[in-house]
Amino acid sequence: MSNQEGNPVKKADPVKLVPVPSKGMIPERDIDKKPILECVNLGISFGGLKAVEDFNIIIGRTEISGLIGPNGAGKTTVFNLLTKVYQPTTGTILLDGKDTHDMNAMKISRAGIARTFQNIRLFHNLTVEDNVKVAMDANIKYNMWSGIFRLPGYWKEEKAAHERALDLLSLFSMQGMARFPAGALPYGAQRRLEIVRALATNPSLLLLDEPAAGMNPSETAELMENIRKVRDTLQIAVLLIEHDMNLVMNICEGICVLNFGKIIAKGTPEEIQSNPVVIEAYLGKK
Amino acid sequence: MKNRANRMNYITYLIVIIAYMILQALQAFGMVSASLRGMLVPICAYIVMAVSLNLVVGISGELSLGHAGFMSVGAFTGTTAAIALQDLIPIAPVRLAVSLIIAAIFAAFAGFLIGVPVLRLNGDYLAIVTLAFGEIIKAVLNNLYVSVDNRGLRLGLFEGPGADFTGKRIIQGPMGIGGIQKISSFTAGFILIMLTLMIIFHLVNSRAGRAIMAIRDNRVAAESVGVYVTKYKMMAFVTSAALAGAAGALFAMNYSTVVANKFDFNTSILVLVFVVLGGLGNMLGSIIAAAALTILPEALRQFANYRMLVYAVVLILVMLVTNHPAVKNFSDRFRNADHNNLNQDENQPETGGQNNLTDNAAGV
Repeated sequence: MSNQEGNPVKKADPVKLVPVPSKGMIPERDIDKKPILECVNLGISFGGLKAVEDFNIIIGRTEISGLIGPNGAGKTTVFNLLTKVYQPTTGTILLDGKDTHDMNAMKISRAGIARTFQNIRLFHNLTVEDNVKVAMDANIKYNMWSGIFRLPGYWKEEKAAHERALDLLSLFSMQGMARFPAGALPYGAQRRLEIVRALATNPSLLLLDEPAAGMNPSETAELMENIRKVRDTLQIAVLLIEHDMNLVMNICEGICVLNFGKIIAKGTPEEIQSNPVVIEAYLGKK
Repeated sequence: MKNRANRMNYITYLIVIIAYMILQALQAFGMVSASLRGMLVPICAYIVMAVSLNLVVGISGELSLGHAGFMSVGAFTGTTAAIALQDLIPIAPVRLAVSLIIAAIFAAFAGFLIGVPVLRLNGDYLAIVTLAFGEIIKAVLNNLYVSVDNRGLRLGLFEGPGADFTGKRIIQGPMGIGGIQKISSFTAGFILIMLTLMIIFHLVNSRAGRAIMAIRDNRVAAESVGVYVTKYKMMAFVTSAALAGAAGALFAMNYSTVVANKFDFNTSILVLVFVVLGGLGNMLGSIIAAAALTILPEALRQFANYRMLVYAVVLILVMLVTNHPAVKNFSDRFRNADHNNLNQDENQPETGGQNNLTDNAAGV
């Protein structure tokens, strides 16, 4: 809403991708740090159907990367594997170098992966502020008795949570909506609230599932700015699924293309745009 | 949200206090009929039952059909404790308080045991298992024998050769507990209601309540933001069971005998009717529904044989009226005063410069 005409966002400076000791590429600036996520031969099959197989990806500490592909390629399934909504049948996920095979969805969130959903999943009857505070639950310390008897710990922690929630909401200029029920917000604001809620868990990797779905061009432009702002201020990695190629090619530094559950191409936006295999997957053979 | 919720909570406290004071005044002037006086404690017990069940059904969103089971556990353990402590604690109100706490602890423990398998289930399955639990408790208590002698409590599940229940008999199988001292009082009931309201309101307005309601609204999303789903579901279930246990003990010690058959499936359904009629998540509604529907059958005595028929008709009429759009609209307006006018909310703090709500409407 900051700008109505056209696309105000400049293209990201081209980032040089460099190889790391294992297979895969990450931005040059992240080379000194351990990659935040590494998937090795990740796969899942439902019955006999291999929804995702041999999925290998590596994501740098502060990288914004994209996961694209035609409908039904398995993109959301990858997200569900990373957040343990599904348990992978093959392969390993290394989060910050640690194996996550024994973690469930809750532990994954506490270990540092936060996500949004393709079909918005907010807590509709809670207020905007409470939606954010729920996500801070793992970091709030007072126990049930302090809550029931209103002991000092309750007041202190609730005050801190309130301030932090408003801080996070102000990242997306939503602090004015703090007291409205989440279900009453317009669609665009609900999408932004989901991102704020994900950020409230203190993630080191943020997964965005079609963040620009249903947004008009000016909202998409604002979203791009916001994603970059979040990465810059919080120094976290972002992996996003998106069909809006303008958004993907503008803000993603590394892109991974999925088709029929398999990676068909990886590289910088320029490499992907000119890759004949990708063009074939999207548009069919000449 | 905070202010609105707090306002409703204070109104609820206030209404309970005013109702208590009016009834006490009427009693002092001898203006309360004998039948109503006999119902004051049961009404208090049913109010606590309804409010505590509302925590599970309304706030946590799980349909539990075994709430009378916890009431039963509380009634039997609380009464047993009161009898066993008769010589140790001569002051009746103190003995009552201690018994209620013991009843709550036992019921909470029962709630925990049931919760472990039950909270893995959802929806209909959870309802069926809690229903079965209520029946199991009834069957166990119908066959339980407890006596007390100078060496302590003795208990067993059958009576006959080999089982020696020496000393004073407390629980006698299907005959339940007899010779109970009626130490429950209206004032004790009032205090228990206030405590229940405080515990539930404070729980709901804390991190636990937020998490419990988040799980109800969207379990997958709650897990994805690191909420410990099992822990919070258990917290709601056990708290509710503990309060039901205290209510059961209060209820039992208003009579000279208590039998397990009193707390059957019908009682569970009755309490569920209070909750549904009063509105899910609406504690004041539960209180009013519990009080009104406990008095109603007595008030309908003049209809003699048609009493339950009229009761059912009244129930249906109330449901129809409270669900009428006009009535709903009115009560929503009363309850959500600051929600309906999203954009003209005056006491809203720090509006973020621009009005995001109207701007974003284009994005739908």
